[in-house]
Amino acid sequence: MRPEELRDRQAATAASADTLDDAAAGNASVIGRRNRKVDGYGKVTGATVYTDDMTLPGMLHGKILRSPHPHARIVSIDTTKAEALPGVHAVVTGRDMPVTYCVIPWTRDEYPLCVDRVRYIGDGVAAVAAVDEETANRALRLIDVEYEVLEPVLTPERALEPDAPQIHEPGKPGHNGNITKMVKLEFGDVDAALEDSDVVVEGEYFFQGSTHTPIEPHCAIGWYDPAGKLTVWSATQVPHYLHRELARVLDLDVARIRVVQPAVGGAFGGKSEPFDLEFCVAALSRKCGRPVKILYTREEVFYSHRGRHPMKMRYRLGGSTDGRIRAVDGRLLLDGGAYASFGLVTAYYSGQLLTAPYTFDTYRFHSTRAYTNKPACGPKRGHGSVQPRFAFEVQLDKLAERLGMDPMEIRRRNFIGERTRTINELRVTSNGFLQCLDAVERASDWKRKFRRMDYGRGVGVAGSCYISGTNYPIYPNEMPQAAIQIQLERSGRVAVFTGASEIGQGSNSMVAYIAAEELGVPLDYVRVHATDTDMTPVDLGAYSSRETFMVGNACVMAAADLRKRVCAAVGAAWDVPGGQVGLAGGWAFDLQDTARRVPISEAFNIAEAQHGTLAAVGHYNTPKDVHGEYRGGTIGASPAYSFTAHVAEVTVDTETGFVNVDSIWIAHDCGRALNPVLVEGQMEGSAYMGYAEALMEEQIFKDADHGRAGLHNAPSLLDYRIPTSLDTPALHSLIVESIDPEGPYGAKEAGEGPLHPSIPAIANAIYDAIGVRMDAMPFSPPNVWRALRAGDARAAWERSRSPGRHADVAAD
Amino acid sequence: MIRHGFSLRDPLTITATLRMHAIIELTVNGDRRSAGIPAHYTLLETLRYALGLTGSKQGCDKGDCGACTVLLDGAPVLSCITPAWEAEGRDVRTVEGIAAGPGALHPLQEAFEITGGAQCGFCTPGVLMSAYALLQTTTSPSEDEVREALSGNLCRCTGYTKIIDAVVMAGEILDRDRDRDRDRAGQESGAAAGAQRAAGEQPAAGAQQGAGE
Repeated sequence: MRPEELRDRQAATAASADTLDDAAAGNASVIGRRNRKVDGYGKVTGATVYTDDMTLPGMLHGKILRSPHPHARIVSIDTTKAEALPGVHAVVTGRDMPVTYCVIPWTRDEYPLCVDRVRYIGDGVAAVAAVDEETANRALRLIDVEYEVLEPVLTPERALEPDAPQIHEPGKPGHNGNITKMVKLEFGDVDAALEDSDVVVEGEYFFQGSTHTPIEPHCAIGWYDPAGKLTVWSATQVPHYLHRELARVLDLDVARIRVVQPAVGGAFGGKSEPFDLEFCVAALSRKCGRPVKILYTREEVFYSHRGRHPMKMRYRLGGSTDGRIRAVDGRLLLDGGAYASFGLVTAYYSGQLLTAPYTFDTYRFHSTRAYTNKPACGPKRGHGSVQPRFAFEVQLDKLAERLGMDPMEIRRRNFIGERTRTINELRVTSNGFLQCLDAVERASDWKRKFRRMDYGRGVGVAGSCYISGTNYPIYPNEMPQAAIQIQLERSGRVAVFTGASEIGQGSNSMVAYIAAEELGVPLDYVRVHATDTDMTPVDLGAYSSRETFMVGNACVMAAADLRKRVCAAVGAAWDVPGGQVGLAGGWAFDLQDTARRVPISEAFNIAEAQHGTLAAVGHYNTPKDVHGEYRGGTIGASPAYSFTAHVAEVTVDTETGFVNVDSIWIAHDCGRALNPVLVEGQMEGSAYMGYAEALMEEQIFKDADHGRAGLHNAPSLLDYRIPTSLDTPALHSLIVESIDPEGPYGAKEAGEGPLHPSIPAIANAIYDAIGVRMDAMPFSPPNVWRALRAGDARAAWERSRSPGRHADVAAD
Repeated sequence: MIRHGFSLRDPLTITATLRMHAIIELTVNGDRRSAGIPAHYTLLETLRYALGLTGSKQGCDKGDCGACTVLLDGAPVLSCITPAWEAEGRDVRTVEGIAAGPGALHPLQEAFEITGGAQCGFCTPGVLMSAYALLQTTTSPSEDEVREALSGNLCRCTGYTKIIDAVVMAGEILDRDRDRDRDRAGQESGAAAGAQRAAGEQPAAGAQQGAGE
């Protein structure tokens, strides 16, 4: 078939001429528009294939035997009876994979299955593969494990006591085996600045643990095929890190491993490191030669955890009478659970990410992450910085109260600005925080509500910032952080090969929008092939809000390269410069005369004839001068930061302590919204998740006085309550675009930043409503009820309404 | 009932017959289907493992999250805690069976695509079925009615906002389609009464399927 035979049909589906005029005027035709997601069709029809939807020929089902003890030595494991059970094809124990791993290479302290010690109730000790789940479960019951029970450590305070049992071997002689990481950093003379401050606000805060609960439980399929190649399909958000750790732990050639990430049913940081099931399906399959699937039960999801660290935080905030922040001094204790996970980074993030959007004269933080015999904590949406942000924004509210200043105003007065450096030397580029404050102040009708509503109703404000990806990869290397490959076919079809992990946030759509914008094809001409290490270039994964910024930039690079080639070839055919050719809406057209045009497929044919097969790669690496040179200075560094402000409005029932959040206004500076629908979705989902932690969610583990020590109190979605459609407040998204100089089309992150302020905004709103400071989370009815009765809330509330508003010390 | 010699309603018998298989017959999305299943299978297991309909999801396997919601004779049920035998001889509708036809989405599905109601998409099949059931009984549901109807479906991505937008939008589309069809039927006054009735009974593509029919 010759190109022109395709022309009529393609011309009929292409955009009309006035769209081209719009494009010729320099307007984006895809970017910034409310387009559909490229994978939406599959999701609304049930056609999308998630890992558990896959069945391979001969596939077996695996199950993992888990420790009933929070802390014990494994004396022996006898699997002979399980192996003898008809239908069982393989059994593995820790002895089959005696290699430690961790997503952070510096803190490898975890075995795929425990070798000689279990460290929490739920730690894996053995795994079986059988013809079906029932047989696998029966086989687990036939495994005899003899334990020598050890004293469990259930609180970080206990972990730090000199006589506490050591959960891990100390990394170095003289070190404490119960500490993952201790970070002390000071910028400027904090003690002197506190001495000089007109007002010092002190507070102690507690952030309870919470977990991700994606609706899809973790699932993995492993197949060690007869040719000696291992393929692992997994509901992961970090296929590349999984790829590397599989090779290391199983002692396989990494080039003989393929990791595929099918559609993922939510992650939120809960799938951002390797898990026991991925190693187990691989090891079991290697043993029996058949594909093996393991699907976590919901209980196992709770035990695998890696969610928000419980933190105890003490802050001192020194301010001057004009509201400027003179000194911030923080001391934080992180309850890390049994293993390191991302904990080394968490310890740093808990201090490093607090230094914007406000400018600090001096700053010091001291963070300690301790091990306990509970499921390991890790990164949950807003990794490490949600907890200190809660504490700090409440501190700032208290400072404003002491100074009789509007909390909006104190935030404006301390604005750090754009194109600047934070006190810990992080480079800030674009910064739309003031516009965020303006937007929520206006939309919430703040001036008419703050300190003006009846007892029981209130509003609160809070701000935050977050990273658009980390400046350095998890394992040190000089290679690009993100890469993409694009290939053009003669039909006009554009294939994008990306390692970016689509976890629902829309990364597949994001790269498709960019490719369609640059190459002028209709959106449905773009096919996105993602996260298959046999096909797609390395990407580090969906964590630290890096995909849009980094993969987006890589995609712009590859697509712009192809665009130039196509335009040059068409220009040559028309005898005009390539720069005079535009690509948009399914056409290649003359920018000076849009009537002169050819369907995009024809343009690709012309280009292919001239340049040969059309494919290009793009990559992105971070600028290296965006952080300080001190030890730890790179952690928290990012090529760009997003900024957020929230106003929450609450109604508190003073009889029951029940807090109803009526509305949250969310203003978020995402740089540029590549698709406003998706950005709003991230803002709403973030605010929802923050609201959920503020009011409802809590990981509770029993102590010896209340049952079995270390046992999760309620590992189910009925008892670990997450908000339903009836609980969730009205969420109002207000997009702010600061157009970042280095982001793709100016874009920055939107997936994690908008979570942070919801919690302190609600806390501050509760104070406005009833005169009670909620410094410990969650703000559940019993906690609020107790706080209401602990002091004279009504009197504090009356004082907060008095003209000077200086006399709030008691309520602090 | 499943054809065998025991009563599966007796828990002791269920334990005794765990390893037994049975043939179940049911109608799924209009197709008459039969499958040999272990007698203890839930409806969700039957759909996913025996019939290959993997659209309905398992999020908790104990009736807490709603991702497995399907319609049983038009009413939403949690298929992960519905024994397969309860569906014997009955009409089951799943997410795979609500589109109007090949390439033609139900207005609800269209609306989800427009508003961005599906992020990771894992809760979406269950949410769609609850919403579909609501739209069978309620014309142009309000936001509060939608929140109520979806309160058994947990979503962890969206904060529900865009889901609710989508269901309200779908209600309005269906309502407009109904009005349009009614107007058209009215204008064709000369046509036979039978033709009018047929038009009136087909309010919108796909909406005639499912509940109560």
